[in-house]
Amino acid sequence: MEKTIKKFWPVFVIPTFAAFCIGFIWPFLQGLYLSFCRFTTINKATWTGVQNYLFTFTDSSFLHAFWFTALFTIVSTVCINLAAFAIALALTRNIKGTNIFRSVFFMPNLIGGIVLGYIWNILLNCVLTLLGKPLLSLHAPYGFIGLVILMCWQQIGYMMIIYIAGIQSIPTDYLEAARIDGASERQILWKIKIPNVMPSITICLFLSLTNGFKLFDQNLALTGGDPSHSTEMLALNIYNTFYARSGPQWKGYGQAKAVLFCILVIVISLVQLRATRSKEVQQ
Amino acid sequence: MKKALALILALVMCLSLSAVAFADGETGSVYYLNFKPEADEAWQALAAAYTEETGVPVTVVTAASNTYEETLMSEISKSNPPTLFQVNGPVGLANWKDYCLDLADADITGELTSQDFALSEDGAVYGIGYVIESYGIIVNKTLLEQAGYTIDDIQSFDDLKKVAEDITARKDELGFAAFSSAGMDASSDWRFKTHLANLPIYFEYQDKGISSTDAIEGTYLDNYKNIFDLYINNSTCDPAELSGKTGDDSRNEFLAGEAVFFQNGSWEYTNLTADGAFTDDDLAMIPIYIGVGDEANQGLCTGCENYWCVNAEADEADIQATLDFLYWLVTSETGTSALANDMGFVIPFKGAVESPNVFVKQDSEMTAAGKTPVSWNFTTMPSEQWKNDLGSALTAYAAGTGDWDAVVSAFVDGWATEYQLANG
Repeated sequence: MEKTIKKFWPVFVIPTFAAFCIGFIWPFLQGLYLSFCRFTTINKATWTGVQNYLFTFTDSSFLHAFWFTALFTIVSTVCINLAAFAIALALTRNIKGTNIFRSVFFMPNLIGGIVLGYIWNILLNCVLTLLGKPLLSLHAPYGFIGLVILMCWQQIGYMMIIYIAGIQSIPTDYLEAARIDGASERQILWKIKIPNVMPSITICLFLSLTNGFKLFDQNLALTGGDPSHSTEMLALNIYNTFYARSGPQWKGYGQAKAVLFCILVIVISLVQLRATRSKEVQQ
Repeated sequence: MKKALALILALVMCLSLSAVAFADGETGSVYYLNFKPEADEAWQALAAAYTEETGVPVTVVTAASNTYEETLMSEISKSNPPTLFQVNGPVGLANWKDYCLDLADADITGELTSQDFALSEDGAVYGIGYVIESYGIIVNKTLLEQAGYTIDDIQSFDDLKKVAEDITARKDELGFAAFSSAGMDASSDWRFKTHLANLPIYFEYQDKGISSTDAIEGTYLDNYKNIFDLYINNSTCDPAELSGKTGDDSRNEFLAGEAVFFQNGSWEYTNLTADGAFTDDDLAMIPIYIGVGDEANQGLCTGCENYWCVNAEADEADIQATLDFLYWLVTSETGTSALANDMGFVIPFKGAVESPNVFVKQDSEMTAAGKTPVSWNFTTMPSEQWKNDLGSALTAYAAGTGDWDAVVSAFVDGWATEYQLANG
């Protein structure tokens, strides 16, 4: 068996590796190169050096978008994970109809972001009209809350499934032993369940952090960055840099922002992975 | 047996591939990236007709609404790029100049009724305007008569204000409002941040005798405020709800007879008359009066913002095929009648067929009667960003969460900043 694997490994590795190179590494390198250029289309680029990056650092809208995105990511990550974990706990207690609940909670995740954005835009605007409050695209705090609600609604079900899998894989002897020793439900939760689902927490935090940072469709559809760019997140800011003004220099600026954005997301997720990995326990 | 079959199949495949390669090499082909989704069907039919007549393959792809730049950017870097595309005036040309073939000596340029419709820079012709459009205030004449007026009663901003405010005062009794909602959703806000904003820009350019500027003064912004106030305060809905109203909402209100006035352009004709909603006798278009200049002789806002460009990077044969196709479009009977009747375009070419569009007819009547059309100066607005910022400020003003000073600032200061950013 091992011999055959040694002999045939290229058959298995090369197609995937080639796809990875064509679909990821090459475009990434090309993108990196373009961030130092002025261009309209990618075949015709003129090298301009670090000028694009210098502009990016002086662009206040990019900085604002960064802080807005960071705030959004923190709030949404906390909300999504708390709610998803709570629901997962509730749905692993052998209540009747658990499977129906699980499917229903998971369903919002099957709808695409842009569609959800427009649906929630209509819903929330109707509610705000009834309350006599300014609509989503007029009042940045409502836009922010709207985005958080939308993301929670979409993501909680998905994270819940991961948590349920984590909770179900906790060996029942641990729980039984704890109960026999007279541990309270709270103690079981904190001392046994949470340490044992740490791998799931790592994954869910990673997913919700990166989803929050990379959010684009929902932002575009729900508020479009209004009022006056105050609810514009990083990805939308990059998109607007790219398309809202004509001239080859703007494509370069947008590209430089995109590269910085990519590095930022990688750094943040590495830090988060390291932090939560260290809390994982061996079963 | 199986081997023989495989061999035959492989041979057939090679043959058909080489056939394609030969066909490409000999005649060239046309690939048009169309900007107007509403004309997509008509373009497909026209492309098929041309292929049938000449054997030259014509592909028409339509970019989804509001995504033309994005689509063009990705399409043009492919190995089979569009041979024919369009730009929106001089600001749009800045992106694509390197790709535009100089059409100064092309046959189609000679067919233009006036060289004003050629988009030229430094003596080279980069684009050919292919559709002239008009916009103004579309009036439901039947409702206006129910309110006790005719379109002849509206000859100035003061008249318009009087009529609109009278209709609002009797709104409950009449059962309809003056203006359909001035929706500020992205599908509709261009009617105000671009088209309506053209009027103060036009009158300022007229005063100064210029055709573009790096800094606008905003001399007529008070008039811009007056007309916008009139729209939002005499409308079907509360101004605070406008930010969520779409272009469809506005049109549907007009179609349902909930409003007398609807600011839009000649391109709405097919939407308004489809399924017999309105007949030509119900509809009229009046100029947008803002209380500036010689209102008695003001015409509709008429101009062109869509220019055909031929891709200079395409294969020699494809370029020739495209030029032939363009010439055929504006000179042949099939081409001109499809442009006029199926797409409702008024084309600025000698061989043009008269369009059945009632708004277009009105525009020519007004011009014939000595009224001066308001030209389209929004093609000189410094960037999309400028329009978006103006749109946000207008939305906030309409809802009462922002003030007019923010609109003025977006208009005047924004112009200077954006001009610097775009041309600096």
